[in-house]
Amino acid sequence: MDWSLLAESAVNGGLVGLMYSLVAMGIVLIYKSSSVPNLAQGSMTMLSAYVVLAFANNAKVPLWLAILLAIVTMFGAGMAIERVALRRLAGRPIIMILMMTLGLEILLRAGSMTIWGGTARPMPLGISDDPLFLSPLLINRTYAVGAAVAVVMFGLLMLFFRTRLGVVLRAISDDYTAAWSIGISVERGVALSWAMSAVVATIAGILWASVQGVDQSLAQLLLKGVTVAVLGGMDSIGGALLAGVLLGLVEGVAGSFLDPLLGGASRDLVDAAMLILTIMLRPHGLYGRHDIERI
Amino acid sequence: MLFRQAGIFHTNYAADRALFPIAADRWMIGILLAFGFAAPLLVNSLYLSSYLLPWLIWTAGALGLNLILGWAGQFHLGYAAVMGIGAYATVHATRAGIPWEIAIVLGGSTAAIIGIGFAFAALRVKGLYLALSTLALQFVMDWVISHVPAISGGTQATLQAPDIRLLGQPITSDAGLYYVALVWCILVTSFMLNLRRTALGRALIAVREKDFAAAVIGVNSFYFKLVAFSTSSFIGGVTGAILIGTFYHAVTPEQFSVDVSIQALAMVIVGGLGSIIGSYFGAAFILLMPGAMNSLISWAAIRFGFSLSIETLAHLPQALYGALIIGFLLIEPLGLGKIYNNVRDYLLVWPFGYVKK
Repeated sequence: MDWSLLAESAVNGGLVGLMYSLVAMGIVLIYKSSSVPNLAQGSMTMLSAYVVLAFANNAKVPLWLAILLAIVTMFGAGMAIERVALRRLAGRPIIMILMMTLGLEILLRAGSMTIWGGTARPMPLGISDDPLFLSPLLINRTYAVGAAVAVVMFGLLMLFFRTRLGVVLRAISDDYTAAWSIGISVERGVALSWAMSAVVATIAGILWASVQGVDQSLAQLLLKGVTVAVLGGMDSIGGALLAGVLLGLVEGVAGSFLDPLLGGASRDLVDAAMLILTIMLRPHGLYGRHDIERI
Repeated sequence: MLFRQAGIFHTNYAADRALFPIAADRWMIGILLAFGFAAPLLVNSLYLSSYLLPWLIWTAGALGLNLILGWAGQFHLGYAAVMGIGAYATVHATRAGIPWEIAIVLGGSTAAIIGIGFAFAALRVKGLYLALSTLALQFVMDWVISHVPAISGGTQATLQAPDIRLLGQPITSDAGLYYVALVWCILVTSFMLNLRRTALGRALIAVREKDFAAAVIGVNSFYFKLVAFSTSSFIGGVTGAILIGTFYHAVTPEQFSVDVSIQALAMVIVGGLGSIIGSYFGAAFILLMPGAMNSLISWAAIRFGFSLSIETLAHLPQALYGALIIGFLLIEPLGLGKIYNNVRDYLLVWPFGYVKK
């Protein structure tokens, strides 16, 4: 067995996994505050990449400004989605809520295809394609940058949850009825969490777009994001980070072994298997809260 | 107007338990059935084989999904995979020389057995986690179907389905294929109609409302979840087989991808959870919508003198489809079936609205 190949796919897998956890963090943020599993996170990621390109290519602003503008736009878009679509469904059966996010997924994905077309475009972040040499290992520079950004985002979110506003969000996620009764505006908190999730999606979208280009395939990050979010526990941001690394490692190592055996595309299979195993063995994930149900 | 009821007064239990207690409903069903059987004479064959036939088959499929979703209250995001299992099993069985009548039962049973695999997820978890695990199983099934050459004939492969033969008679005419679909749809519909008044149906509804509470009153919710999953998978598998046999005539993995699962789910949601007439409306709505949207867009393009690029035209119906699902959930969460019921309730005692109390 080739140990350096194994180590290389493990390290790169871990870095990719951290980038997955960026997508998962968005799902966790929303689930934490409102118990809405956001199946539209993948297409929000994709939409944000298109928005960046729209600012950069059509409005001809420099890329850093385009990214800032896209973050602001997506902040608003996240709030709008919550206000228009999800708020009226509060308290309805979960099937309605799931179907709503699926509908949003279709609308956002097909909507951005309608506006911008389906041809793949590059996202010129200016990260060099040369691999990073770490003695025997070759490491993809974009993955390394993405992983670093994911860790920074995690740190920022942790700091945010220590601020006054963050404490409000934590209170809502703990018990929204109790939060309501002490005068916290639950609606505003949930809207804020959607907006923050859209911002996280923007950052994930930009990084993933520089890896695989801007096209419809960005929306397929949903499966990875959901797997990571469930594995980490739907309401734990730290869990999402750790689960991302774990999924990336397993996927990278298993992929490099299974691909020659199964004729490619084994990564999606590994994802699905991880998701099913997590749900069967430990439904509340690594760090999720184990809810007790009332009859 | 249609119903002319002055209230419903049953004098015996049989009348109370009748499928259609109101005479006007019986008349309408009779007329619809007569139209259904006479359709090959009344409708031209293009409409028959490209609109009515897929509508009936998808209605049967939507009813099967409604059994699990609307009656038993369990998620199923992998319904297309189950249909695919039935379709592949049937096609392989007929290619091996087994008569088609037996082959569809085999296909349905295979789907039911593998469908119970989905149920084991349902025994462990529910709600969101069940939805996600069925979604993951859909991906696994997709992968298995397309990557195992023994099933699909290799990646990107199309497997030709042999012609349907019933009792040795080959069925190739449009009318014959239509009758196959019609009979299957009627069978599934009458099964679902009768489910409401059986112990099984009531147990499923108890499980839907709250499985723990159902267990407390002595309904074995695990058992009924298994029954619901396997029954619905059987219906799905046979529907998939009939869809291939009468409509597509060839089977590829893409016909049963995750998008198709979402489409079936949309039929049930748009039609209305737990509503039988709603499944008819929902299937019609979701099937006809893309075509209707396309003609609307091209009409608007000519009328208002704008032109759209090909890519825009290709994706716009899909976007509107998403928007429609959202719109339905916001405006009428119980779907077209509920709208029909509202109209019916209004007309039931029209013009004496005050009688309704």
